[in-house]
Amino acid sequence: MKQQEFETKYQDTWHTFEAMIDHYHTNNITPGKEFPTLYRQICGHLSLVRERHYASSIEIYLNRLITQGHHILYEHSGKIRWHDILKAIALFPAALQRNGFYVLWATLLFVVPGLFTAFFTYADTSFIYSIIEPNTVQDIEFMYDPKNNKLGRENRGSDTDIAMFGIYIYNNIGIAFRTFAGGILFGLGAAFFLVFNGLYLGAVASRLTMAGFSSTFYPFVIGHGAFELTAIVFSGAAGLKIGHALINPRQYTRLTALKLAARDAVHIMYGATLMLFVAAFLEAFWSSSSTLPIAVKLSVGVLFWALVIWFCFYSRLGYRNEL
Amino acid sequence: MTVNAQGPTNTPLDTHFNVETPEGIQFNAAAAGPIPRMLAYTIDSLWRGLVYCIVFITTDFLGKAGEGFFLITLFLLEWFYPVVFEVFRNGQTPGKKAFKIKVVNEDLTPVTWGNSFIRNLLRAVDILPFFYVFGLTSMTLSKHFQRLGDMAAGTVVIYNTAAPMRAPKENALEPCAPPKALTPNERRAITEFTLRSSDISESRQEELATLLKPVTDKEGEEGAKLLKSIGAWLLGHK
Repeated sequence: MKQQEFETKYQDTWHTFEAMIDHYHTNNITPGKEFPTLYRQICGHLSLVRERHYASSIEIYLNRLITQGHHILYEHSGKIRWHDILKAIALFPAALQRNGFYVLWATLLFVVPGLFTAFFTYADTSFIYSIIEPNTVQDIEFMYDPKNNKLGRENRGSDTDIAMFGIYIYNNIGIAFRTFAGGILFGLGAAFFLVFNGLYLGAVASRLTMAGFSSTFYPFVIGHGAFELTAIVFSGAAGLKIGHALINPRQYTRLTALKLAARDAVHIMYGATLMLFVAAFLEAFWSSSSTLPIAVKLSVGVLFWALVIWFCFYSRLGYRNEL
Repeated sequence: MTVNAQGPTNTPLDTHFNVETPEGIQFNAAAAGPIPRMLAYTIDSLWRGLVYCIVFITTDFLGKAGEGFFLITLFLLEWFYPVVFEVFRNGQTPGKKAFKIKVVNEDLTPVTWGNSFIRNLLRAVDILPFFYVFGLTSMTLSKHFQRLGDMAAGTVVIYNTAAPMRAPKENALEPCAPPKALTPNERRAITEFTLRSSDISESRQEELATLLKPVTDKEGEEGAKLLKSIGAWLLGHK
């Protein structure tokens, strides 16, 4: 069959299909049952065009038609359903447990430098200045000094809560995201953020404890810390995972190993993102309360830690079959 | 002169690539390079800048709480603006739409949540140390202009141009059978020449036709005319 004959014979099919695609894009009308049938026919036509070496213009035209058709056939629902969010939550602990190796390393990279600076700050109070600027240290001390009564959200308007909420979202979640992303530089970026945050927090905690501000500092941090510190460590673990895939890709090519690692790591990042939102909320609206008794804040904080640890490392949620 | 009968032996230096789906269909797509993507990014940045300004002014009236809302907007636009558009708007942010490019998975299916999330989280590294130097380096070194985020997510940015079909023109010339047997590639070259002759200047047509003298035994204007007649015959004009 010559090209012209071929075109005249099937033109109507192509035009019907093209009209359905246009209809879908302009009026958002899902094509009917005949759509897949037409799609398969046109796929066949394209193969014939290639086989018979017809002119490239017709090949380009048919290639475009079926590319667009393919997109419509494989399109997602375009809605966020509750089911998807619950599924992400359920798959999160399973992903963490699968990647225990990286979670362990991330924890060590965060905690060991923390203990290190905590110890040196304890031995020599001025050690903190080699990590944090004196002015910043002063600001931090001022904030947690029980005499100044700076933390109580009851002393400030609810508008300040919202302002703080915004700051926590912007800063803390941003740090966690960068920690993950840094992992692609052979894990170095993730390790850097983990170590740096560990050093910083260890020094601050030690300094405030020695200054006798434990009664304001620990009740403040324990609640949201359960979600925030763990989520930062988990983001680091996800980053280390993609970095390690590049260093040791095993039987895959580096590119494939990277893709596989990222596909798994994203489950950790979904969970970590949710945890960080929870942490920002708690930090702005719960941790900062000064009227709640310290005992209540500490025990709720301990409860949060227990809950997070149980959920992340012991729950078997993602393993159920129905998901 | 010989047009290679075996087809091109080595892959051409081209941005086009083929993907075969599990259904056995072969798609062809053209990867978009750094320039349209940078321009698209500029447009997106302008839109984001505009939204920042509007939100900044309106939240300014809300005092302290407004600061919080502003930062939350900043966070969402910085990290999730591309994700939302890529997933819900057919792989296209407004900037990408303006330059007719879109993000797809490597198998040319619509980009999924997870992949879009990964590629946009890793933007934080592509942007380093300044002006997307890592991203640009990675694009120039990779096969399909992929930045680091694209490589990890398994996504590509492709052209989304709608090439209209060239209407088969009624040919004024008398169809004429080729003087000798032609290879598939020769046939194809001649049909392409016929279909595209309206875009090529007369003198260039003649120049091209002279190259085919071993096949047609004619050159110059006469050769071009004969080639178009052969083309008409090959296309099946009657």
